Amino acid sequence: MNPVTGGAFVLATVGKVVLFFSVLMLAVMLATIFERKVCGFMQDRSGPNRVGPWGLLQVIADGLKNLLKEETMPAQAVRPFFLLAPVLGILPATILFAVIPFASPLPTQWGLVEMIVADVPIGFLYVLAIGSIGVYGVAMGGWASGSKYSLLGGLRGSAQMVSYEVALALSLVPLILLTGDVRAPEIVSMQQTFTAGPATYATWFMFPLLVGLFFFFVSGLAETNRLPFDLPEAEAELITGYHTEYSAMKFSMFMIGEFAHVITVAALVTVFFLGGWDIPFWQGDNIRVLSDGTVIGEPTWWKTLLTLGAFGVKTSLLVLVFVWIRWTLPRFRYDQLMDLGWKFMLEAVTVYILVIAFVILGIEAVGIPAGGWYAFVLFLVNLALAGVLFFAMDRGTLIRGGAKGARPGGGDAAEGQGG
Amino acid sequence: MIQDFLFQAFAASAILGAVIMVTRRNPVSAVIFLVGVFFATSGMFLMLDAHYIAAINVILYGGAIMVLFLFVLMLLNLGHADWRDLRGPVGGLIGGSISIAFLGVLTRLFVGGTEARPVVEIAGSALREAAAEQGVVGVVARPLFTEYTIVLEVTGVLLLVSIVGTILLARRERT
Repeated sequence: MNPVTGGAFVLATVGKVVLFFSVLMLAVMLATIFERKVCGFMQDRSGPNRVGPWGLLQVIADGLKNLLKEETMPAQAVRPFFLLAPVLGILPATILFAVIPFASPLPTQWGLVEMIVADVPIGFLYVLAIGSIGVYGVAMGGWASGSKYSLLGGLRGSAQMVSYEVALALSLVPLILLTGDVRAPEIVSMQQTFTAGPATYATWFMFPLLVGLFFFFVSGLAETNRLPFDLPEAEAELITGYHTEYSAMKFSMFMIGEFAHVITVAALVTVFFLGGWDIPFWQGDNIRVLSDGTVIGEPTWWKTLLTLGAFGVKTSLLVLVFVWIRWTLPRFRYDQLMDLGWKFMLEAVTVYILVIAFVILGIEAVGIPAGGWYAFVLFLVNLALAGVLFFAMDRGTLIRGGAKGARPGGGDAAEGQGG
Repeated sequence: MIQDFLFQAFAASAILGAVIMVTRRNPVSAVIFLVGVFFATSGMFLMLDAHYIAAINVILYGGAIMVLFLFVLMLLNLGHADWRDLRGPVGGLIGGSISIAFLGVLTRLFVGGTEARPVVEIAGSALREAAAEQGVVGVVARPLFTEYTIVLEVTGVLLLVSIVGTILLARRERT
């Protein structure tokens, strides 16, 4: 069966765009109520429980409230940019979803429909490109509000996002070293069949690239402005930072953008490190569409549903981790945040890339074929690196505030530089 | 057909954005329109099957350099200033003549030069074959890391030197 072409392709693409956009918006709604419920659970209280069963309709009530409230326009605001900023906040997070493969291809009577909106040849470079424009919403919202708190929030936000973008991009380099391809469906397929011969098990890259996953996840937290990196909104210092002056639906759009971003980052972690839509311990879902249209494996509609479910479960679990971290860790101080980004993460990621490159070179020089042993050696190296990394992060004064001898501006690291 | 149309649309919006950008008084508006120009240029690259250049254009210029511009403008709070900049008969004359010279070169390439066009066509089809074989990133990466390794490394050192120099210049003396 060949992939769809012509008019059916256009229809299928439009259908996928509409479907996935609706699912994303629904997921955002559920994520807001999910976060409040988890927060309630972690703080030993009920959370929203008045509207609908288990408070589930609270989201709709909030939405209605935000729609009906007054839209304010500060006198100091620069009108066009003030209106544009919430749109720019929501746009990158939603269009990022275009390159994420959701499920195994769906066979229809017109041909095979791949469950990805756009299988662009640049793959994850598209993710980096679109991810890097997310900062405009924050920066512009902060500047255009004409308020000092907003401006400070916007400045903090843009500095933070630019800083952690570097680590985010670099943390994916080991992935490229391992797969040799940048397209998301290829990366998923590599994780399903990471062997020279016929596949008997899946090798999710969370094992051979454990430290890479850690770096990507931490940078993802910083990029989405979630705690412990929510300095742009730090309500104790800045009211709420860049969206202080926004009210009603415009404020709501920033929130939708943030939650959409969280879901997108969770989906990206799933695709890059947790095997995408792969179902563990089952080889029936090893379906791959080559660029010339030949299909490996047997796609069926129930496999599409099952793999979609697997993808959803993995992504939801990661969103849970996001929420869990938010209600567990306190917020960084700003100098700690910058120190962590520039003086620690960047160097650590660079060293990590070098180590992984040399290990891969060594493995291939010894002649171990791609497969279990290959991944296992990498996993051992990663375990050792993770031990060193966590020891360094815990013992240093980089992220531990108020330690003896530490002073604002970076403790040991600053002393080392001063010379 | 639709690709031609999209290319023209991207090209038109790039030119329009560039014109608006140079006529803005507010520096922040100018930055935003310049970002728009970069996106339109990336769209043009996409329509020419140069996916990698399109992505890098957005990552580097749209996502990093322009954010820094915006950041500096916000930090120095130049955003609301609306002074008249250095325009006048002399500036207009210089700018105008440069524009006309460039327009002349472009027109010559577009209408007159039959020699120029086939070269572009051949390069395009060769590029397409190579991209199908090695992927769009491989087409750029392979020559970069084999044939032009030394040039690449020297460029890297040059950038490193400029970064170190910047830090040296910006460094405050510790007392």
